[in-house]
Amino acid sequence: MFKKLFSKINRFVDGDVSFEIKPKETKQRRVSDHREKTVAARYTAWHDKYGYKTFRGVYITISCVIAICVIAVLLYTVSYLPPYGEAANPVNNEVTERYLEKGMEETGAVNIVAGVILDYRAFDTFGESCVLFAASCSVMMLLSKSKKGKGEEMLLNYNPKRDPVLRSLAKVLVPFNLMLGVYVVLNGHLSPGGGFSGGAIMGASLILWSSAFGYRKVKPVFTEKRVKIITFVSLSFYAVAKGYSFFTGANHLHSIISPGVPGRIISAGLILPLNIAVGCVVTMTMYSFYALFTREEI
Amino acid sequence: MVTYEIILLIFLIVCAVTACLAKNLLSTVIIFMSYSSVMCVIWLLLRSPDLAITEAAVGAGVTSILFFITLKNVKQLKEEDETDDV
Repeated sequence: MFKKLFSKINRFVDGDVSFEIKPKETKQRRVSDHREKTVAARYTAWHDKYGYKTFRGVYITISCVIAICVIAVLLYTVSYLPPYGEAANPVNNEVTERYLEKGMEETGAVNIVAGVILDYRAFDTFGESCVLFAASCSVMMLLSKSKKGKGEEMLLNYNPKRDPVLRSLAKVLVPFNLMLGVYVVLNGHLSPGGGFSGGAIMGASLILWSSAFGYRKVKPVFTEKRVKIITFVSLSFYAVAKGYSFFTGANHLHSIISPGVPGRIISAGLILPLNIAVGCVVTMTMYSFYALFTREEI
Repeated sequence: MVTYEIILLIFLIVCAVTACLAKNLLSTVIIFMSYSSVMCVIWLLLRSPDLAITEAAVGAGVTSILFFITLKNVKQLKEEDETDDV
């Protein structure tokens, strides 16, 4: 071995460098002589024949393994949970008691859920409204009409086909649905419901109306500008109404507005206006989602 | 009442599994819609009517409509007969 190496070095020193090119040539000749497939060609052939099957098998195996692992971890976690419905559970602490006992007295809301989400935890609801606002903003940015005339084309695509069933049903249902939505929003502090659910009901009935009669019937009421203004005004009203306690430190700050008599429609301080604001935001978001998805403009 | 709840829960699980396994996207959306409706009844039984209202309006109503429109936009829905067009 050393002899070979020394002879090679000797030849290199002598100036004979042809041995460096030689192996390449032989290799090329061998390939062309025997017509051997390259690795890439063999891989492609194998892939064409078995690739999909192998991929599917591996995919199913790995997904099963991952699913079983996740299920095992979750079950292991569940085994550490306290037993259901026991009095000493950490859920039954003084916060729940306080909400249930003093909630009506402090917030003036008969529906304690509304009292919690719009008084004690009003900032969470504000964040949720902002999430909805951000969602509608991004949908508007992504789907808004870029070329003029495309809206008309899309409109033709979704033009209601004068469906008699849909139209007569919509005529009966939409007014009642809208009334139910308004009732749910306004009665949010007295009965189950509130801004989110009422707004969703109103938005759904607007969608029904617009899909039954075409958007020309809704367009005069809901222009893009009005939708934006209503959303902005509602959100900023919410921010101002709940921001005051944030800026003043929220330390035992009493509301100037008295809670009123629980059970009356005008009571519970700020909960009713906040419900209306949230309901407006949700209605506008739902309707603008539908409008942007179907014809790429409001 | 317990039997009723068990029937609803079984239906819920069946809906969830078939929504994953259905080949047709349209039937997936419809199964998802029925899942939301069953979930709405279960919320009522769990004594949270607020969530039930929201689930019925958002889960079964608005979300399905948005799904349908998306399916139509990505051309996954078979077009109806062209002769129906007015």
